[in-house]
Amino acid sequence: MRAVLSGDMPRSRVLALILAVILVALALAPFLFPGVRTVDTAARICVFVVLVASYDLMLGYGGIVSFAHTMFFGIGAYGIALASTHMGRGFDALIVGAGAGALVAAALALVIGLFSLRVRAIFFAMITLAVASAVAVLVSQLSGLTGGEDGLTFQTPRALSPAFRFGDSLLGVKLNGKLLVYYLVFVGALILFLLLLRVVNSPFGRVLQAIRENDFRAEAIGYRVVYYRVAATCLSASAAALAGSLYAIWLRYVGPDTVLSMEIMIDILLMVVIGGMGTMYGAVIGATLFVLAQNYLQALMGSASGLVEGVPVLPQLLSADRWLLWLGVLFVLSVYFFPTGVVGRLRQGR
Amino acid sequence: MSPPILQTRDLTVRFGGHVAVDAVTCDFHTGQLTAIVGPNGAGKTTYFNLISGQIAATAGSVRLRGRDIGGLSVAARTRAGIGRAFQLTNLFPNLTVLENVRLVVQCHAQQGFNLWSMAASHRELTDRAMAVLERVRLADLAGQTVSELSHGNQRKLEVALLIALDPAVYMFDEPTAGMSVDEAPVVLDLIAELKEQSDRTVLLVEHKMDVIARLADRIIVLHNGALAADGEPAEVIASDVVQEAYMGRDLEDV
Ligand SMILES: Nc1ncnc2c1ncn2[C@@H]1O[C@H](COP(=O)(O)OP(=O)(O)O)[C@@H](O)[C@H]1O
Ligand SMILES: [Mg+2]
Repeated sequence: MRAVLSGDMPRSRVLALILAVILVALALAPFLFPGVRTVDTAARICVFVVLVASYDLMLGYGGIVSFAHTMFFGIGAYGIALASTHMGRGFDALIVGAGAGALVAAALALVIGLFSLRVRAIFFAMITLAVASAVAVLVSQLSGLTGGEDGLTFQTPRALSPAFRFGDSLLGVKLNGKLLVYYLVFVGALILFLLLLRVVNSPFGRVLQAIRENDFRAEAIGYRVVYYRVAATCLSASAAALAGSLYAIWLRYVGPDTVLSMEIMIDILLMVVIGGMGTMYGAVIGATLFVLAQNYLQALMGSASGLVEGVPVLPQLLSADRWLLWLGVLFVLSVYFFPTGVVGRLRQGR
Repeated sequence: MSPPILQTRDLTVRFGGHVAVDAVTCDFHTGQLTAIVGPNGAGKTTYFNLISGQIAATAGSVRLRGRDIGGLSVAARTRAGIGRAFQLTNLFPNLTVLENVRLVVQCHAQQGFNLWSMAASHRELTDRAMAVLERVRLADLAGQTVSELSHGNQRKLEVALLIALDPAVYMFDEPTAGMSVDEAPVVLDLIAELKEQSDRTVLLVEHKMDVIARLADRIIVLHNGALAADGEPAEVIASDVVQEAYMGRDLEDV
């Protein structure tokens, strides 16, 4: 157990319990919560856990602020889409697409990093913002290749399509390709998460923490700070790209709004902060809470506003259209009460 | 005498119109402990910054074992053998005491880019870090977060990081400043031990005359950035420059 978690135990009984519940719920989601919508939510949680964890490697461990994380996510997703479109459906296309996506993301991160991290970490934030916007524009302009604003719909291997049946049913759940894709996403995300956990607890991860704490002194004890920052950025970019690949395999569709928009970037920031920066487990909690809120807050509020009908003002406040307002309120409250994130709070209060 | 390990040649830095270090030419020999004295603002810390690379010289050069290191980064100079402890405590505040020291040991062991193994399970690194903590009497506090330490203990840890680095050239910038009378001797004894190791060179900025008289093989005096005196301790302390400038009082009283 220690080896699997790289020695980074939850260090709080409540946290361990919550993590275990999330793990079991995600592992058995198709059986526990059968339904297109719920399984889709579970898959999104898996993908976002990896995406947020990879962002935390940079922000929470390396102290590097980037606005290009969705871009790396998108590169991985478009990698799958382009490979599947041009090579035809097949597992080889998935492997090539994911591999190429991860490599391109790492190469791009290397160039941006070497170019800007040498100067000042804040300069890096600005450059990533510029590059991410440029790439988003490029993708919508090159409609011949990328499908432009409409995006690309593509086919994944037959074994991963809903039409593929490999048995009748188990516990009332149809044994089809959709179930297999879910488990591909789940297992892929689990492996990526455990790898990231390993990286942050390795000697390399300690150096990143040292750099975040005091880059001046890290340099003075012999660490070439720039190289570590660039390496962290590249690793983080590839992990984000792989998360994007999983997402594309799940959706069998990519488009600027789904995998490249600035909105996703803001969501990632919110998830990191809610869960707790500098703790990989924060990514799990943050992503789970956020995706659940995104998906169910609207419905919850709709029914709540129905309940308080007749009371003045309340129904308007609780109307489903106001869900973003309430998400904002939840965010402000969570930052106010848990400045170190949910995980930081749970670990203190042990 | 063997060739000097560290040399500065006409080393100068100007901040706007103000010359903080003014054409300092000085050789440092292996095995020697040199005390650097001078009133506040004399340029002692700035001289250190020029040698360890935190700031770039306006003119002049720094040589380590005969090689000009002016173009090297701070990290490269550290790995080449120049180690530095800071006047203002400069640690990793949210990591534990042990992790602070282990980071230094780990850099030494070239494990920084090890992505796979678990940092906490490197026995030899941990043992070496603990050994350093024993020497500065911080072993009991190994698991504490640095920001929770007393000022005196933070100063000790500052010194511990340099000891763990074990460079060819040790640079201490007022290591005992702000320490209580019972804490300071631990640090001074450690510096005295380094002196016993004949292959180590020590540069020590210090104000207390009794300490300097006990430890130093040589004293250099900086005044307004320039080298004002250089020689045997007794000779320099008795010299006109020091007598006039400080009138025999402890240098920090000035
Ligand atoms: N980065 C800097 N920019 C401008 N002036 C500086 C800088 N660093 C030091 N100085 C000035 O250089 C002089 C020498 O400072 P310092 O080396 O800290 O003195 P000491 O360590 O001997 O007390 C002071 O007048 C100080 O104000
Ligand atoms: Mg000083």
